[in-house]
Amino acid sequence: MATKTIRVDYLTRIEGEGGLDLQISDGRVTSAQLNIFEPPRFFEAFLRGRGYAETPDLVARICGICPIAYQMSAVHAIENAFGITVDGQLRALRRLIYCGEWIESHALHVIMLHAPDFLGFPDAIQMAREHGDMVRSGLALKKAGNELMRVLGGREIHPVNVKAGGFYRVPSRAELTPVAESLTRAHEFAVSLVRWVATFPFPHFERDYEFVALRHPDEYPFNEGRLVSNRDIDIDIADYETQFEERHIAHSTALHSLVKRRGAYVVGPLARYALNFDRLPTSVQALAREAGLGPVCRNPFQSIVVRALEIVHACEEALRLIAAYEPPTLAALPVGPRAATGFGCTEAPRGICWHRYEFDAEGTIHAARIVPPTSQNQPSIEADLAAVATSVLDQPDEIIRDRCEQTIRNYDPCISCSAHFLKLSLNRT
Amino acid sequence: MSERKRPRLAVWKFASCDGCQLSLLDCEDELLTLAGVVQIANFPEASSVIKDGPYDLSLVEGSITTAHDAERILKVRRQSKHLVTIGACATAGGIQALRNFADVNDYIAAVYASPQYIETLATSTPISAHVPVDFELHGCPINKVQLIEVISAFLAGRKPAIATHSVCIECKRSGTVCVMVQGTPCLGPVTHAGCGAICPSFRRGCYGCYGPMDTPNTAALAREWRALGATPRDLLRVFRSFNATAEPFTTESEAHGD
Repeated sequence: MATKTIRVDYLTRIEGEGGLDLQISDGRVTSAQLNIFEPPRFFEAFLRGRGYAETPDLVARICGICPIAYQMSAVHAIENAFGITVDGQLRALRRLIYCGEWIESHALHVIMLHAPDFLGFPDAIQMAREHGDMVRSGLALKKAGNELMRVLGGREIHPVNVKAGGFYRVPSRAELTPVAESLTRAHEFAVSLVRWVATFPFPHFERDYEFVALRHPDEYPFNEGRLVSNRDIDIDIADYETQFEERHIAHSTALHSLVKRRGAYVVGPLARYALNFDRLPTSVQALAREAGLGPVCRNPFQSIVVRALEIVHACEEALRLIAAYEPPTLAALPVGPRAATGFGCTEAPRGICWHRYEFDAEGTIHAARIVPPTSQNQPSIEADLAAVATSVLDQPDEIIRDRCEQTIRNYDPCISCSAHFLKLSLNRT
Repeated sequence: MSERKRPRLAVWKFASCDGCQLSLLDCEDELLTLAGVVQIANFPEASSVIKDGPYDLSLVEGSITTAHDAERILKVRRQSKHLVTIGACATAGGIQALRNFADVNDYIAAVYASPQYIETLATSTPISAHVPVDFELHGCPINKVQLIEVISAFLAGRKPAIATHSVCIECKRSGTVCVMVQGTPCLGPVTHAGCGAICPSFRRGCYGCYGPMDTPNTAALAREWRALGATPRDLLRVFRSFNATAEPFTTESEAHGD
């Protein structure tokens, strides 16, 4: 009776610190854990006593890869608390900077972190020896997203221009012209990227996930919408806590999120796509069909194709927003604090990022709660791990380990964000 | 150049947001060239191949917040010919050092339902509090152009050309009109240069994410802030953020404290 532990102490090509622990007993996977040992940084604690105006800069530091997601969820929560609605060109500029973050973050994951898995390389630099054109184009794509972040936000990482009510300074049309030129080239490459990743060898693997994403009446979601699932959830973002709960698990500094009545769920590209396919432009829908996808994709390994499709969409959307841009008279609406609770939920590249803040009359935070995408995906990642490992149990440990690491990368987990998150060890009995 | 002759580079992560090591991957134009000049021997965020030390240059991101990490940094130092810290966390403890001014048990209870599962130190400390550091690159996040300069300098065996003056000089150089004279409080006069004075170019005051410059006169700046209408609470908050445990900022924050 063999007991076996397969362990990955330090997962690579993911953002942050985690590992994997797999226990196999009597030829069955008895436990699959994503260990998150990223040290906690206690954002929700030190935000207490801080002012609303400094909140977007503070929460950006939760994640160097998706700072805009944290800034956007925070400013929406602040505005929700203080009774302000940001509309028109200021709203359009928020979508535009979010397009930049989706492009740079998705391009980083698709080319640098995920594609090497399917082609058998340890990293993008080795991959560049055989697929140099694709890697160089991927870097150019990432650069176009970062350029958008820089023009609108001042810098790629922890942009400085986002504030409650709008922006510190809005760009002129002339500042956006060169960005449009880069985005036009980026769009062309993004289309070829979709066609390239669609040819990768994907394991036959599907699960019947509960997908959760925002849904907006007219748009593929970035900043706004109702929170919906493919089961029965259709709620206002303020009611998140009535349907979802967070549990503190021993093997993780990330809190596990679950649908109270059912359990694990999935956020991110697969969820957004399945719940909002009809909100994608017909050009992107047609490209998805050409890439072999229907309106729902339940194979997490194919998330790389969906991410590439979302890059195409973000490039098109950014170009549309730039073409229609007229600088607004005011860079920001006036903001007056009041004692109130506010909610914000936006679509980070990895899925919904939900915030709640309680403010006093002067706008000082009394309580904060932040639910990042990766902690929401962690229970589904563990369920995928158990299922994937079961399907390759007769293979050598090396294969099991590789396939498990890929299973985790399918989710583009951001462990730095989630800790408040991963170590693979495999036990065979 | 052969594998054997290329200098070996390692990138390490401690408590952080990942942003500073991401700066290396954000060098879209230089990354493949860099990978031709150095051997990227240990960079888990970018590659599954992890080669054992020793390393010629270690870039360290993040602060020390756990007993395990306090041990790990000693091992990193032993394997590294040169060790450079990148960013505010590694250089000054980072935003997570706000716990140093509070009771960490209150912090744990505020976030986690089962505090017994959480292992953490009461403080977040910079790398230099644990091991000798050869160079500290400031910023939250670091500037990628400065990162390439630091790597190039260490490979060439020379001192990195990183200015230590204030953000004010960067505004003057880029022709940005002073926001302070227009009534917006700004930390630029006491903040370490390096970002390129981004905030003033977006018509907002610097918020000090590059930490204190050499010999800053924070008290004089605080008086100017008061004259512009800032409250003691505003001053406490602004000096107590991403570089709160850098000595000049700690001292100034305490002058307006609690």
